Amino acid sequence: MNIENEAKTSHLAKSYVAETPWLDPDAVPFIQIKGLSKQFDDFSAVDCVDLDIYKRELFTILGGSGCGKSTLLRMLAGFETPSNGQIIIDGVDMSNIPAYDRPVNMMFQSYAVFPHMTVEQNISYGLKKDKLHKNDIISRVSEMLELVQLSELAKRKPHQLSGGQRQRVALARALIKQPKVLLLDEPLAALDKKLREQTQFELMNLQYELGITFVVVTHDQEEAMTLSSRVAVMDAGKFIQVGTPTQVYESPSNRFVADFFGTINFFKATVISTNNQSSTITAELEKTGTQVQGKTDDSFSPGDEVTIAVRPEKISVSQQSPEGDHLTITKGIVEDLAYYGNRSIYRVRSHSGRIIQVSAQNYQRSEQLVLEWDDEVYLSWDSSCNVVLSE
Amino acid sequence: MSNSQPNFAVKPKATDYSLPFRDKLWRQFVIGLPYFWLLLFFLAPFGIVLKISFAEPIVALPPFTQLFDFSDSASRWVLATWDNYRFLSEDNLYWISYFKSIKIAAISTLICLLVGYPMAYGIARASPTTRNILLMLVILPFWTSFLLRVYAWMGLLGKNGLLNSLLMNMGLIESPLQMLYTDMAVYLGIVYTYIPFMILPLYATLEKMDTSLHDAAADLGAKPWQIFIDVTLPLSMPGIIAGSLLVFIPAIGEYVIPALLGGLDSLMIGRTLYDEFFVNRDWPLASAVATILLFIVVIPIMLFQRSHQEQE
Repeated sequence: MNIENEAKTSHLAKSYVAETPWLDPDAVPFIQIKGLSKQFDDFSAVDCVDLDIYKRELFTILGGSGCGKSTLLRMLAGFETPSNGQIIIDGVDMSNIPAYDRPVNMMFQSYAVFPHMTVEQNISYGLKKDKLHKNDIISRVSEMLELVQLSELAKRKPHQLSGGQRQRVALARALIKQPKVLLLDEPLAALDKKLREQTQFELMNLQYELGITFVVVTHDQEEAMTLSSRVAVMDAGKFIQVGTPTQVYESPSNRFVADFFGTINFFKATVISTNNQSSTITAELEKTGTQVQGKTDDSFSPGDEVTIAVRPEKISVSQQSPEGDHLTITKGIVEDLAYYGNRSIYRVRSHSGRIIQVSAQNYQRSEQLVLEWDDEVYLSWDSSCNVVLSE
Repeated sequence: MSNSQPNFAVKPKATDYSLPFRDKLWRQFVIGLPYFWLLLFFLAPFGIVLKISFAEPIVALPPFTQLFDFSDSASRWVLATWDNYRFLSEDNLYWISYFKSIKIAAISTLICLLVGYPMAYGIARASPTTRNILLMLVILPFWTSFLLRVYAWMGLLGKNGLLNSLLMNMGLIESPLQMLYTDMAVYLGIVYTYIPFMILPLYATLEKMDTSLHDAAADLGAKPWQIFIDVTLPLSMPGIIAGSLLVFIPAIGEYVIPALLGGLDSLMIGRTLYDEFFVNRDWPLASAVATILLFIVVIPIMLFQRSHQEQE
């Protein structure tokens, strides 16, 4: 089952690599957001945002609570009127189109399944509003029920369903009108962990099969990474970085993004020399004087203060002195460790006094811990792992 | 490990999980209290009224015959008679006043619903501070005496009342309109008095309604009026039923409003009841009228309970 899922995902991943319309200058965006703002009294929830989303993308807007992501989604659906700016979907300006006439459907965070209607009535609601022929409605609803595996529960009321089943009702109800864009507000937040992983794959497969453009809003960075073709990281009403999950994770544009996605070690450093040809800088880490190298697209000059960021899983930990080229090596003492089974997290106090977090795979099968508290260890990582941030 | 080993020697006692005796007693007391209250102040008086309704009127004190005769000379012990009920069913007057009461109560309830629903909706959608002020305004009339407020309406609606003189001064009418002592005045009085009982339960259901359901309906293509018909209205049904019962039940037996604002011909059952008791001094007949009224009121409650259980 799992293997099957993984196979499907990797297949998906490949197709996404092939389809990277955001790199194609001639590609026409499916959703265009231009200078979009939303003001509530004195507070601007969304602050002059520009964004292009392409057809068949699974685009995620990621941010903490109150960052404006839900307001943005509600403006796409037509529940909020923008204070400024424009939304164009498939070439049509949405400014004067009310929610009930937009080619967009939404899956709500609370699911908003109508409690007084059966599963069937919930799913057929949108088609009934479109005044479709009765027989069409019946056949499309039964098709949809099959797709989300709810055929046997068609006559149930929502309060007789589990959370996962309610979520599928909400999804089916939004999909049945075959919208041009499906908006999903925290689609997995209300599910428990196991169900969330399973549903995540189901969502991706569904999106791939139906070819509908998905716009997902979430606060969960893991969800954003696994689901999306591209991610927009949002904070205080603005996009901080827009890119593929790997871009955002491996090459964060600033400290906020680096910190938002998982854990990362920050080192203060001073630029010693720059090499414009290979766009590489050499910098000296604060206190230790360790020299590191890093690639950057920004231009720096010697004496500039920078931050060098390194992900915990890029760092190897060993008791023997590591050897190799382009390595940054430092020494420290294991102060804290957490055993997770598949991996262990070490918090190592380096001789400069700072704590460096390391995540190491447990390659060997052993009932004893590989490293113990107060063990002296070498930490090393490849220079290519250094992320240079200007703040 | 030793903790999880089953112990076969001692079986857990069934009473282990029950409450201590003192708590049990307290619990029964708390549950018993409302029953006791109902028994003492509702069932017992109703039993007495029911008993009197089977008696015969006499000129005496109390003005009805005893139901039980245990003396040796009695031909039978129980002296119950259906005469009062028979008389009720034969005299049109009672049926007319029952019917009129139901009609006035039903129409008043409908008007309360039509006026109260938008008000409750408006209050539920208002900002929290405005909401509290509006709710306060709905409840405010209760702080003055009900009788006083009905008298105030008499002052407003009378021949030389405020409304008539205003209309005459404006030149809209030449002679005063007959507004007081009409059915209109009764409707007005009942709607005015009971509308808070409609607004409050409606507000309670509308206020807690999940607004994302409205968004969802709009998202699926429903226009605002369709959202109201498909989502808001069915989901506010409990409030509509509760509010309607709270208006209908007291309105049907209303005495003061038709007596003070209604005409001589606006014979609601409350007034008939009063006349039987205090004018005709026919207590048994009056008791029979009251008993029938109770059943008219009880049936809608039972219907409500059933519809409520079906929803659960």
